[in-house]
Amino acid sequence: MSKLNLQFIAILTWAAAALGLASSSPASAAGAACLPFGSIQVNATDVPTLRRGAQLYFNYCASCHSLQYMRYGRLAEDLQLSEEDLMNNLVFTDARAGDFVTSSMPKGGRGNLPGSQEWFGVTPPDLSLVARSRGVNWIYNYLNAYYPDPSRAIGWNNLTFPNSAMPNPLWELQGIQEHVVKPQSGDIKADAAQVDCSPNAFKKVSDGSRSAQQYDKDTRDITSFLEYVGEPAILKREAYGVWVLLYLSLLTMLLWLLKNEYWKDIH
Amino acid sequence: MAENAPDLGRRRFLTATCAVVGGVGGVFAAVPFFSSFLPSAKAVSAGVPTTVDISKLAEGAQLIEVWRKRPVWIIKRSSESLAALSALQPRLKDADSLIEDQQPEYCQNPTRSIKPSILVLVGTCTHLGCSPKYFPEMTAEDWDSDWKGGFYCPCHSSKFDMAGRVYNGSPAPTNLEVPIHRYVDDNTIVIGEEQEAA
Amino acid sequence: MARPTASSAPGILGWLDQRIPVVDFWNTHVGQYYAPKNFNLWYYFGSLSLLMLVNQIVTGIFLTMHYIPTEEGAFASVEYIMRDVPGGWLIRYMHAAGASFFFIVVYLHMFRALMYGSYKKPRELIWVLGVLIFLALMAEAFLGYVLPWGQMSFWGAQVIVSLFGAVPYIGQDLVQLIQGDYLPSGATISRFFALHVIAMPLAILLLIVLHLAALHEVGSNNPDGIDIKAKKDSSGKPLDGIPFHPYYTVKDLFGAGVFLCIFAFVVFFQPTFGGLFLEHDNFIEANPLVTPALIKPVWYFTPYYAMLRAVPDKLFGVIVMGGATLILFLLPWLDRSPVRSIRYRGFWSKVLLFTFTASFLILGYLGSQAGSETNTLISRICTVIYFGFFVALPFVSAWDPPKPEPDRVIMHE
Repeated sequence: MSKLNLQFIAILTWAAAALGLASSSPASAAGAACLPFGSIQVNATDVPTLRRGAQLYFNYCASCHSLQYMRYGRLAEDLQLSEEDLMNNLVFTDARAGDFVTSSMPKGGRGNLPGSQEWFGVTPPDLSLVARSRGVNWIYNYLNAYYPDPSRAIGWNNLTFPNSAMPNPLWELQGIQEHVVKPQSGDIKADAAQVDCSPNAFKKVSDGSRSAQQYDKDTRDITSFLEYVGEPAILKREAYGVWVLLYLSLLTMLLWLLKNEYWKDIH
Repeated sequence: MAENAPDLGRRRFLTATCAVVGGVGGVFAAVPFFSSFLPSAKAVSAGVPTTVDISKLAEGAQLIEVWRKRPVWIIKRSSESLAALSALQPRLKDADSLIEDQQPEYCQNPTRSIKPSILVLVGTCTHLGCSPKYFPEMTAEDWDSDWKGGFYCPCHSSKFDMAGRVYNGSPAPTNLEVPIHRYVDDNTIVIGEEQEAA
Repeated sequence: MARPTASSAPGILGWLDQRIPVVDFWNTHVGQYYAPKNFNLWYYFGSLSLLMLVNQIVTGIFLTMHYIPTEEGAFASVEYIMRDVPGGWLIRYMHAAGASFFFIVVYLHMFRALMYGSYKKPRELIWVLGVLIFLALMAEAFLGYVLPWGQMSFWGAQVIVSLFGAVPYIGQDLVQLIQGDYLPSGATISRFFALHVIAMPLAILLLIVLHLAALHEVGSNNPDGIDIKAKKDSSGKPLDGIPFHPYYTVKDLFGAGVFLCIFAFVVFFQPTFGGLFLEHDNFIEANPLVTPALIKPVWYFTPYYAMLRAVPDKLFGVIVMGGATLILFLLPWLDRSPVRSIRYRGFWSKVLLFTFTASFLILGYLGSQAGSETNTLISRICTVIYFGFFVALPFVSAWDPPKPEPDRVIMHE
């Protein structure tokens, strides 16, 4: 291959890679969200992890947050649960196995009772695709970044999702951590720049039912579960991919031999 | 240009190997496309069993339920209708329900049912799919002066008796289908689920 | 040359051949189509483009069986395909990744033409048809991207259709005419669906047929840019030519194999490609009341988007962006070099092409980032460089002394 060709290819590949790396982002927001606990690796193909995550989700999240694109039956199949286990442990509504996971919280009010819109100011969003839009790093950090904030009506705030309308759903497991605020100098810009986006921003003041390590694992499990819910095909996708790549490598090698054989004619 | 003569044997071998390996890959690659034609999870979940309460079913009455988007009839037969069934043998195409596709084995009996008084049928004519009409009265009808009750299909005049068996002379080839079903208790039928083994 | 009245081919082939000229067609376009023997890496991308076209059409057909082109149904139907339809996830990923790979391959294919002067006489028409295909492809990709009806689909449609509002006097009416509503909505989805599935594919297919016909009429260029038909042997075959079949059928099959390995890796292991092929915001259903923090087009449109944003005036920005694609048509007539291939052009021609390419890539990067003062400044500089290429080309190509071209092609690799 000529030198010029090689140079062009090298430049293009470098440029493309740089472009790719620079443009790709783990989550949707420009102006990156504060992720005090950094990035994590999820294991969305490990069935025990998914089962634990599912259990936590259905006990603490599902009453308000639907998973409208996920069917119970699919969950049972992928998490290797019998229909009985599914109905006993995960289904708390009158849903049947083929139905979608809906929340039982009414969006609008009924009679005297306020719906979620009135109660929270916003309908708790469906979480089927949250792992694909916000990303796993965001979810994990969000679940770990709550702190009590007396200046807010719901009493909570969150470093990753500031001024969220949602209170801490897992405080009983996590315990309570205070947000360590650096002394304010009065200069808005300097103060804003001072916001500590690291684990040091928090100080634990009371324990929950889970130890710090256990709670961390719980939030990882929920995050892994949501990654699976965002794309159930993930369970099979990479396994198929290995076979496909092996096959294509074999075929390409054979085609290489075939090409060389014919091109012996050409000088 | 002096060159070696091309090794035709090697070329044929390599071409054939590539063709075979490539062909195999092609078949596997086609699999997801073909399988996308299969009923989706949505269709499968819509096909789940239907539970029916028959406690208020009067004699001679017809309940129409939906299962897998098709009409299913549940009929409480009178004892006269049941008694008339055996005499109809010579007028029927498949009096003994020998064609197995049309009923589960536990309904391969003279009344084509689990309980004699309750008839469960898929209300789709086995000719071209219209839904036959229910004529339980044992009176003379236009299509049969000696009508012993049953079903008449308005589309092409197929006739079925009170066990859903098809009359001779009907364009419909087979008896009306009995869907798989089971009794949870005397008043509740689940259509779409098999009877548990005794 | 007189055509025999009876076909020399045996059996069914002979029967066919007497009624439609299959044997002649095969010989003219494949079996006896003489192509230069020195094709290198850059010459794979034409056949790979065809491969990706087939991929898009086949996967597209199967997606159309399940997709619902309405405001209420669109987003949910895509999730239905991903979850409920057996194998649906794979078909969707192949289609989405396929669109991006199609553009990678087409951009590289176009770059080859720039390097080797494949647009120069007598191949101007091939180039013009190619630019038309490129434009049609961009339209097709835009139309398709709106269909999943995620946030990016909606807001991307909003931004791009509103560009037509820049047209004086009739702008606003034009926007409503295109959308079929006061904002992108169900009316937009259904018409974009019809255009994306039927109208544009037919147009693209027609253009590709013409593109190939024009190519076969004059014969392929090659990396050395010299005319292989100038030197023929005693039977009239070009000395430096080889029949397309079996040599290039076999070589292109191998190229397809390598390409498919890369494609399969992405489809099975990185289908969203870090949010570049399937953007994160498009997993949120379209919401006319909430604008995403950063609206940007898919990566293959970002160079043009950067140019649009660099210009402070709406109408002028549209003209600049449109002009950047339309100016490609003029290339064969702007280039006045006596040689075709970059291999034999002077140093300054290489500098010119290099800076053009660099500016395009930088614009691409900038188009994917949020606006900022630095971003805008560099975008403006690069836009000037981009157009500068076309302005400078007639002068540089005429003045820059070329190197002597070889008599016969040079086999590298």
